[in-house]
Amino acid sequence: MAERISRDEVAHVAWLARLQLSAAELERFTPQLGDVLDHAADVAALNLDDVAATSHPYPVTNVLRDDVVGPVLDRDEVLAQAPSSEDGQFRVPPVRGESP
Amino acid sequence: MSFDGPAARIAAAVRAGERSATSAVAESLAAIDAAGELGAFNAVTADAALARAEAIDDAVAAGDDPGPLAGAPVALKDNICTSGAPTTCSSRILEGWTPPYDATVVRRLEAAGAVVVGKTNMDEFAMGSSTENSAFGPTRNPLDPERVPGGSSGGSAASVAGGLTPLALASDTGGSIRQPAALCGIVGMKPTYGRVSRYGLVAFASSLDQIGPMARTVGDAALLYSVIAGCDPLDSTSVPEPLGDLNGALAADVDGLRVGIVSELSGEGIDGDVLSRLDAAATALTGAGAYVGEVSVPAAVYGLSAYFLIAPAEASSNLARYDGVRYGLRVPAAGAVDMNVATRTAGFGDEVKRRIMLGTFVLSAGYYDAYYAKALQVRTLVVRDFAAAYERFDVLLAPTSPSVAFRFGERTADPLTMYLSDACTVASNLAGHPAVSVPFGSGADGLPVGVQVMAPAFGEDVMFRAAAALERLLADVPRPDGAAATAAAKP
Repeated sequence: MAERISRDEVAHVAWLARLQLSAAELERFTPQLGDVLDHAADVAALNLDDVAATSHPYPVTNVLRDDVVGPVLDRDEVLAQAPSSEDGQFRVPPVRGESP
Repeated sequence: MSFDGPAARIAAAVRAGERSATSAVAESLAAIDAAGELGAFNAVTADAALARAEAIDDAVAAGDDPGPLAGAPVALKDNICTSGAPTTCSSRILEGWTPPYDATVVRRLEAAGAVVVGKTNMDEFAMGSSTENSAFGPTRNPLDPERVPGGSSGGSAASVAGGLTPLALASDTGGSIRQPAALCGIVGMKPTYGRVSRYGLVAFASSLDQIGPMARTVGDAALLYSVIAGCDPLDSTSVPEPLGDLNGALAADVDGLRVGIVSELSGEGIDGDVLSRLDAAATALTGAGAYVGEVSVPAAVYGLSAYFLIAPAEASSNLARYDGVRYGLRVPAAGAVDMNVATRTAGFGDEVKRRIMLGTFVLSAGYYDAYYAKALQVRTLVVRDFAAAYERFDVLLAPTSPSVAFRFGERTADPLTMYLSDACTVASNLAGHPAVSVPFGSGADGLPVGVQVMAPAFGEDVMFRAAAALERLLADVPRPDGAAATAAAKP
């Protein structure tokens, strides 16, 4: 049986998920993920062309409240939990280029 | 008396001024302290709990009624946000984080007079069936310290089973309340999706997650459920359906109740000792006047496969928020993306990484149709097949767990083997239906076996009716092995 997921695919998926795997982890995780996908092969093989998808136990409708200002989280309390903040905002390393 | 159990009795005594909330809470704190080796708690909020208990005693002295859970100590799974205590999900990535708000269930508990005494250990982000995936070490089963308590809510289950607290709250995405309840010999219930607000519950798989009660008795579980259930404007998926007459349901007999044994969940893959307890439950219900028959729910066999595609897919999206920016761990790096990667790589454990990768994979281009889309269609089949079964039966019966509590390390090497622990429980989450695990004697090595009662959406009343009957009937059922059985049946 063809492998359900290759080492390269696991490495790619890890990157998409912003995870870095060592060579040993790649070695370990690849067959483990393959096993789960193998188990799901029964589902993948079903002919379900006429079956609608269910993404949620009930039909979900958007719930709106009246547009009235209510209590909100205190900014200082929230920022106190942040790894780094400055001038009332979250501080992050540069998204582009080098750190100043 | 219907809402009966250790918590109901504490609340009745506190409300009547016959005992103090302070004494009940101090007793619980002392028990938690003495049972440190169980590893049930990530944090104990002793000072806040005692202050709260004193406030309740003051209220009683002033002639006020603190509410239906007056003075009852409650443990919270550590994925339920508390503004007064860290909320870690047993993950390094949230270690030390104290939420800026309380979950709605926490506010409802306080309004009912309950006293939160601490946060319980769990599989990291509720991913697991043994509590071995906690970043802070495992929780031990109070009935046999060499064995797991189940998971992911192992800490909450151990707290209740070990007599540390009469009540606990936990979350159930694929069986995380019911399976540990079964393995620890207590009652654990997953409400209908939407019954209990998920505001302040750290998200795992949002279309499946639900908060529910753990307790020593069905009556206590129903009481705790009645306190936390209700529509909440802060959770757009919560619903305003009335709760029904729970007190009446607990007291009712099962004469004429139609009970279906789910064929697909009570044969292959289930240990013989567990099946024999299911048979004993069926026999007892028949003896009490119920009509018990077999029913096929064909799609139930695909439930586990569908669950292990849908839950990781949702998790991969929900856990994208742990990026080192707003809360929790940050591993410094020169650029933002490097910081994201370094933080997530250091902060998540193996099982969480596996599920994030699995979810990312089944949602990715080229695989979405083969896996995720198919799983959503299977979910439709599950809903349809259960609806057909409920045309013929009021409640359905199945084992909760395929086996009794297993030993540490027995299933950690092979994640798929661990996933099979959820075989009997995931269907209720996929369908959004309520289900409860009730201890029904013991199986191999004298360890407890749980029987699961499932009911249609918003059928908690009929579910509790059958569960309470099982609890009463257990007293009359012959035990397979006298000496061992007593350890398991200690509610």
